[in-house]
Amino acid sequence: MDASALDGLLADLHASAPGGLEVRRDGACTLLQAAPADLPVVMRLLREQAGLNYLANLTAVDRGESFEVVYHLFRIPADGAQVVVKCRVPRAEPRLPSVVALYPTADWQEREVYDLMGVIFDGHPNLVRVLLPDDFVGHPLRKDFKVTAT
Amino acid sequence: MVLASPPADDGASALQRMLGDNVITTTLEKMWNWARSWSFWPLSYGCNCCPIEMMAAGGARFDIARFGYEVFRAVPRQADLLVVAGPITLKMAPVVKRVYEQMPSPKWVLAMGNCATSGGPFRDGYSILPGADSLFKVDIYVPGCPPRPEALFHGLLELKRRVERGEY
Ligand code: SF4
Repeated sequence: MDASALDGLLADLHASAPGGLEVRRDGACTLLQAAPADLPVVMRLLREQAGLNYLANLTAVDRGESFEVVYHLFRIPADGAQVVVKCRVPRAEPRLPSVVALYPTADWQEREVYDLMGVIFDGHPNLVRVLLPDDFVGHPLRKDFKVTAT
Repeated sequence: MVLASPPADDGASALQRMLGDNVITTTLEKMWNWARSWSFWPLSYGCNCCPIEMMAAGGARFDIARFGYEVFRAVPRQADLLVVAGPITLKMAPVVKRVYEQMPSPKWVLAMGNCATSGGPFRDGYSILPGADSLFKVDIYVPGCPPRPEALFHGLLELKRRVERGEY
């Protein structure tokens, strides 16, 4: 998104994110690192005030001590604006508020992250496995997952 | 036309000699097997890469209809040959098994490609079965990643030979 539109919002974002907000710019892409507790309010501001109405991608990375959940936000109709929100949750307690109420496209993607990485999204309407069978044990995209013979 | 020659000294061949070329004698089972072997009705299962070769086999260039095997079914009740063309995921496994069980007998299974044969490049993954034969009996294995349509035909004709002889 053009820098000035987001700059106007940054003060609001900082004010509404007591957990601290790290902002980085990389060309057309703006990257926000938010604390888990601040995620809902940050996402709501981005949707309602910056007009980023489309969550195209939601994924997670295993960082060892923590999991990093990544959200890619765009506008429809597309105008090149792109904001990436990242949120780290501790491995021992991988819980994060769900954004399904805000972005319906998050539904299956949060299920996928739950299925493969084991992050629990509080408030998700139906957090069950989506790719693997329901009786599968473990979360295979975690780096410490070991395959047992099938 | 004589469908299959019976042993030289049984009554049937004496009868055949008597009747000459005007009347055919055979058994019902041989008739059935002859007809089955020239008209498999395949049920296709696939992911995306092996099935492309299977579709090519059905197209005009390779023309599976030359052998009478072009009636691809999307319904297990109407099929007698399950072509497994691709990996079977753990989640899909119960579904494939059920589809197999819904096919009327006699039925055959052809494993097309390395995935269906052994799990292929995904064998060590966390979500793939190491081959279709961990679910049901497989009659013909066609290796390759993917096998060419000619290889599929080779497998089908091998199956044809067996079915014609009643070896199943
Ligand atoms: S054997 Fe190769 S071409 Fe066939 S389904 Fe597996 S990966 Fe695809």
